[in-house]
Amino acid sequence: MQPKPFMNPYFAGFLLGLVLLTTIYITGRGLGASGGTKSVVAALVKTISPSHYANTNYYQQSEAEHPGSPLKSWLLFEIIGVFIGAFVSGVISDRVSLKLEKGPKVRNTTRIIAAITGGLLFGFGSQLGRGCTSGSALSGMAVMSFGGIITMLAIFGGAYMLAYFFRKLWINN
Amino acid sequence: MGPLVPDIISNEFNFMVALLVGIAFGFVLEQAGFSTTKKLVGLFYGYDFTVLKVFFTAGVTAMIGVILLAHWGLLDLEMIYVNPTFLRSALIGGLIMGAGFIIGGFCPGTSICAVATGKIDAFWFIAGSLVGIFFFMEAYPLLSNFYIADNMGNLRMDKFLGISKEWFAISLTAMAILAFYFTQKIQNNLQGIKPVYPKQRIIKYSLFAILPFAIIAFIMITPDSKQRILNKANTFENQHAAKEINADKLVVELANNYYKINLVDVRSPEKFKEYHLPLAINIPLDSMLNREWQKEFTQNYKTNVFYADDSIDTRKAYVIANNISDADTYILSESTSQFKYLILNIDPLSNTASKNEQQLHQYRTDMARIIMELDFRLKNQLQPEKKQTKKVKGGCS
Repeated sequence: MQPKPFMNPYFAGFLLGLVLLTTIYITGRGLGASGGTKSVVAALVKTISPSHYANTNYYQQSEAEHPGSPLKSWLLFEIIGVFIGAFVSGVISDRVSLKLEKGPKVRNTTRIIAAITGGLLFGFGSQLGRGCTSGSALSGMAVMSFGGIITMLAIFGGAYMLAYFFRKLWINN
Repeated sequence: MGPLVPDIISNEFNFMVALLVGIAFGFVLEQAGFSTTKKLVGLFYGYDFTVLKVFFTAGVTAMIGVILLAHWGLLDLEMIYVNPTFLRSALIGGLIMGAGFIIGGFCPGTSICAVATGKIDAFWFIAGSLVGIFFFMEAYPLLSNFYIADNMGNLRMDKFLGISKEWFAISLTAMAILAFYFTQKIQNNLQGIKPVYPKQRIIKYSLFAILPFAIIAFIMITPDSKQRILNKANTFENQHAAKEINADKLVVELANNYYKINLVDVRSPEKFKEYHLPLAINIPLDSMLNREWQKEFTQNYKTNVFYADDSIDTRKAYVIANNISDADTYILSESTSQFKYLILNIDPLSNTASKNEQQLHQYRTDMARIIMELDFRLKNQLQPEKKQTKKVKGGCS
């Protein structure tokens, strides 16, 4: 089956803005993503090595924010929702299929190594920058946060600066 | 008034909200095309600016929505979370994320959408990000000084630039629209096409571009909800209809049903400290619209009674309360000093007093005693008043 076309980007952006606005109105906070992943990491560490978890400063900070279990985190529930919502949308528009997407001249192993490396950097950077594209840049813009907008400029600026060097991962020339 | 958490929606139910808004978030991201690296990376090679269009439209929509809700008094800007600014870590963290974006092709939110639609590369991206987060947590002791450097607090752009929220919103919206226009040109040039847009479409898009400015102009021109209430309070017409209760009625209500009466002193805290009526609480007139006080006089099972030194202040308080609360509201006919003179520091009766005057005198004395005792007991956490016990004297000693 042919996948359905994507939504008009401005309309999608408007809807996304309304979702974000609703979230701020109800909860007083914005959307996010990397914070949910962080809870998973904290939970894994707590399960695998409780003594290490108890002795490490950063985990204890996160423990204080989510007393009981690292998994009792607002953002983790939210990203589970994101997964469900994206899956439903994909099913409706016939876009769900197992595949490895990559640039035209890229081998599968290269793509996987690049994906892992990119994830690693993004994960690390999101902790240092206190949030990723969703939690810091987008939600930050909605509440006019100075730090959020700085992070947004740095993310997109950084990607543009490096785009030339990694062009072979994505395009022909 | 928003945010609804934690006063109206509990922190536990908030997890359910998280799941629901997450579903909506994921659905829109996927519909926009954020589940494929082809769309996401297109931004950096100039062949597809979807990300920019979606991202900026969403940001501008939510931002204008936030100030509009605040303008209508539906959202308290002081209560919502503003991401704190730590300049160095925000910049360096952002640059590292930028590198991760161009190498991995996703950001965390979009990688979840992509894996939900079966992208194997997104699975590896997520695996990598778990490791990256783990590295950060383990390396935190080494990074902590850098992490907390240049703390600028919950700084907002408008404050940083020294302009109003509205002007910042106008600037950002204008920047977004210019970016939309020029990136479309770049994209068309790269693809070597010279599209001719139908006139209707140009008109439609122009109207959508004007709409945000119209909303911001509306916010700038019209008084906000607080200002509207204050304006009403300051206009004389509204001050005739105030429901009044006089001192004698109030004391009997207080004596019998003090728990149903919310006696509010709207004078300054200094004056309140100096002297106030028994059982009164203090909410200064100029802070009545502050969130922390609103709960006090919006309790539907209590009747508000306002008093002050002059009747204009009392009536202002009455108008304000009536505008934000459904609770039954009265003003005390007497001023603070009149009440004190009539009820509490009552003059001894002259010998020529009529029977009526004697009765009234007795009544006021009794009521004053009861409410002073109530006041004392409530202040002492409902402990019964300590009576001086005197040894019974009698017998033969």
